[in-house]
Amino acid sequence: MIPYWFVAPAVILFLCFTIYPIISSLLLSFQKMDGGRYVFAGFANYIRLFHDSVFLKALYNTFIILIIQVPIMLILALILASALNSQLLKLRGFFRVGFFMPAVTSLVAYSILFSILLQDSGLINDFLGLFGIHKIPWLTDPFWAKVSIILALTWRWTGYNMVIYLAAMQNIPEELYEAASLDGAGRIRKFFNITVPQLKPVILFTAIISTISTLQLFDEPYNLTKGGPANGTMTLGLYIYQNGFKYFDFGYASAIAYVVVIIVGILSYIQMKVTGDD
Amino acid sequence: MPTSRIRRIRDTIGLYVPLIIALFISIFPFYWMLVGATNNTSKMFTNPPTLSFGNRLMENLHNLNDSIGIYRVLFNSLFVSLMFVLLSLTVCTLAAYALSKFRFKGDKIIFTVLMLSMMIPYQATLIPLFRMLGSLHLLNTYFALIVPQLCYPFAIFLMRQNFLAFPDALIESARIDGAGELRIFFRIVLPSMKPALAATAIYLFMMQWNNFMWPLVATTSSDMYTFPVALSSLIGISIIDYGQVMMGITIATIPIIIFFLVLQKQFISGMLGSAVK
Repeated sequence: MIPYWFVAPAVILFLCFTIYPIISSLLLSFQKMDGGRYVFAGFANYIRLFHDSVFLKALYNTFIILIIQVPIMLILALILASALNSQLLKLRGFFRVGFFMPAVTSLVAYSILFSILLQDSGLINDFLGLFGIHKIPWLTDPFWAKVSIILALTWRWTGYNMVIYLAAMQNIPEELYEAASLDGAGRIRKFFNITVPQLKPVILFTAIISTISTLQLFDEPYNLTKGGPANGTMTLGLYIYQNGFKYFDFGYASAIAYVVVIIVGILSYIQMKVTGDD
Repeated sequence: MPTSRIRRIRDTIGLYVPLIIALFISIFPFYWMLVGATNNTSKMFTNPPTLSFGNRLMENLHNLNDSIGIYRVLFNSLFVSLMFVLLSLTVCTLAAYALSKFRFKGDKIIFTVLMLSMMIPYQATLIPLFRMLGSLHLLNTYFALIVPQLCYPFAIFLMRQNFLAFPDALIESARIDGAGELRIFFRIVLPSMKPALAATAIYLFMMQWNNFMWPLVATTSSDMYTFPVALSSLIGISIIDYGQVMMGITIATIPIIIFFLVLQKQFISGMLGSAVK
């Protein structure tokens, strides 16, 4: 009986606050409000999604941010990690802490901080002005607003991923590099032929984590750009929130949430297949 | 050999210059946040920019307190986060122990379902949770902020990994000596789990301290806001006092930064979910 007592609190909480909501929102996604109560509506909510230009825009924006931001961030993190792993470098611990610092800031706090930095007459435009670059409409143009989100995300998460890579790099056997040196391989060849292949499982891990969290992106568009301008930074997460808690259309919001569930499932599966099953 | 020395110097510069630029980008926003917290709105948008501390610190703090009631929201955030860590760590550690050191009917299913649930976006549970707690009249309570996520599968996963590494032989010999299961758990297994517990606690704390979407949905009265929700409410109005906002960002950030600088190792392994040592 002992193990049952140990797992019971977790299982009861899990059933009430995770399993029940997951099933309930699946059912809700097939329901519609009618005369003050929810009634079965078949696939109506899902069909509506295909004609909803804001949803399609949210889907597009989320994918643009995902496809551009995640690779840029992971590549930057890999480069920084191999620089920090260099034997020429002193003060490694100091750099590591400095690069990790953005990752401990609250999501809301850094989003708001960036919304101030990126204003028309904000610090970043002042700085670019020094190089003769005209003011960039970071938050008032749909294209640049997406760039703003990408910049902010990259600032917040690059160091976090870098620390993961740096730790994994310390487990790569030194002999591999020595053997490559004897064969006359330079730094760049060693990076691509040794470092990257050796880190494959870790890169896969960070890619999946980043993908799942980007698909749920909410705090940044809510606080940095409010989803605008002209829905230019509307994301799936933000659209679920708007439908659920601004329009109180729970059925429709649940359908969008389940689209995210399906996309997460498909993408994780593809990523695992593509990168091989280590 | 002069050529190899020149190469070495060139390599060193090529290494340090980009790293220092990257470090500057990482850290400068924190400095600017402090500058903002001590200045007023107009100083933040001048060209050339204001880069030195002003004398508005107390005024911003005072105004911020008038707008959001700093002490109350800070208390809410701290209370919710600490209670959450305490309870969640207990629930998850107990479950992880059972799922690593015992074989019982249903153990595989429980573990598989827990792990699979990590793939389900949190947003898919938001609406039913809101309706459920609403119908129980529990919105706007600490219960709503703390309880729903107490069973946190990733914490169970982390603790289970650590329990798996604990030698079964020690548990067996304690059983032969006639020690009860609770005694074995608390006296023999748990004391060696301190680093894992610390890392998991930090992970859970950061998760809850940063949590935004659920508290935003679950609280409607400003005296139940957590700090992120209160902070976000500051920029929802038409005329924004950026001095106040920067003060708010500073308060949300500085304690965690200090905590991080003091406990770097535990913090990093905690936030990375001990995925790496």
